[in-house]
Amino acid sequence: MFSNYIFYFLSALALYSAVMVLLSKKPIHSVLYLTLTFFAIGGHYILLNAQFLAIVHIIVYAGAIMVLFLFTVMLLNLNKDERSPKPIWVKAAAIIAGVMLGLVLIAVFRGYDLHLEQHPMESQIGLVKELGRVLYKDYMLPFEVSSILFLTAMVGAVLLGKKEQL
Amino acid sequence: MLIFKILLASAVLVMSLVVAMYSTLIERKMAGFFQDRFGPDRAGPWGLLQPLADGIKLFFKEEFMPNTADKLLYILGPSLTMLIACLTSAVIPWGPDIIIRGQAYSLQMADVNIGILYIFAIVSIGVYGIMIGGWASNNKYALLGAVRASSQMISYELAMSLSIITIVMMSGSLSMRDIVNQQQGFNWNIWYQPLGFIIFLICAFAETNRSPFDLPECETELVGGYHTEYSSMKLGFYLFSEYINMFISGAVMATLFLGGYHFPFIDKLGLSPNAFAFVSFLVLFAKITFFGFIFMWVRWTLPRFRYDQLMRLGWKALIPLAILNVLITGVVILLNQK
Repeated sequence: MFSNYIFYFLSALALYSAVMVLLSKKPIHSVLYLTLTFFAIGGHYILLNAQFLAIVHIIVYAGAIMVLFLFTVMLLNLNKDERSPKPIWVKAAAIIAGVMLGLVLIAVFRGYDLHLEQHPMESQIGLVKELGRVLYKDYMLPFEVSSILFLTAMVGAVLLGKKEQL
Repeated sequence: MLIFKILLASAVLVMSLVVAMYSTLIERKMAGFFQDRFGPDRAGPWGLLQPLADGIKLFFKEEFMPNTADKLLYILGPSLTMLIACLTSAVIPWGPDIIIRGQAYSLQMADVNIGILYIFAIVSIGVYGIMIGGWASNNKYALLGAVRASSQMISYELAMSLSIITIVMMSGSLSMRDIVNQQQGFNWNIWYQPLGFIIFLICAFAETNRSPFDLPECETELVGGYHTEYSSMKLGFYLFSEYINMFISGAVMATLFLGGYHFPFIDKLGLSPNAFAFVSFLVLFAKITFFGFIFMWVRWTLPRFRYDQLMRLGWKALIPLAILNVLITGVVILLNQK
């Protein structure tokens, strides 16, 4: 199956770039690797026949959020890794916390029936028509409430950005 | 079918490259005309070989890389710009179906049902090439140019998206083919959305970094802008992708607002399907050429904006106008339904 190979390629790419986000010495490389991770995940959405989700994922994450990240990193000129080496107890705490999070995740996902979707291309839920119908019929109120939340965030950002006193 | 798609993709790619190549010549000829001089006329008749000469010159120039540059990103920058410039053409319907041996072939590479969102996505990741290149050069002017370019593109993206939303509201579809098919004959979107068209046109100038919005490469302030440190074919890629972007944005505007490949009295010609497809393609091409002319006309007529003027125009004029346009369109659609 051709799409299986694409799946493995995208998964490998996503995992590799996610690890490289952590391992990169320069912050700007981390940002670009994170962008690559988002593209790989967008590819996964397309494999699941969710074109709308894939494109929106790329517009929002790669097109807007990561560009702002890139902006900030560039303007602060964080060229070299200037973080001081962490003391040993911080490292130990980080390892313990990470292992515990991993345990929780394993415990949660053990209960799930992880079956393979046999015909992912036949699922229509990720197409824009179906998604719109579900959002505006079944989840009308949560959808509208979350849009009000966005509006509030926008007004708040403008308020914070204003220089003169109100 | 797959072979046809590959052939079509190659043909569109070659067409974009050749058109971009000759746009440089036409641009210089027009600049000559506007400034009352001849323009290039030494290489071949009417300077027809000039683009080739330019290309050869760029290839043989010294390949220079600054010592302090981030080597990988320095090369990635122009490559990414070129790649992204070539991506948009995938969802543009270049003509009606052609028929080969009784089977219909679509002259659109991918008829995805989210064609417009695909264009948004490409436009929004178009910033990366310039930003990466400008930052990796490790030069103050290049960084300033890159920051200018990206803040300008982010700002004008909003008004651009808002002006397309009205088209989506009217057609009720995100597919480029549906939008074109609803503009049969002379029923073009521009007659219903003149304000949206003007906003989109202005934003297209800003998104392609063309004059009067060419502040990212403003020679009088920033030496060369984001490509100050680039030379040889890497510089060529940056300059060339601008012309590809012009061509493609002309195609997008023709598709969304000027009816794509439709023209008046389309059904009165009585041609065979293939000849009809060819004529339709020529019509689309003529519309794109018209937009190319507007791009050049404006460049050699208007002076450059100041940076605060550019931002004020984008945020305080275009975005409110675009929102107003969305509101009016919504009200009119509601009233028509009753």
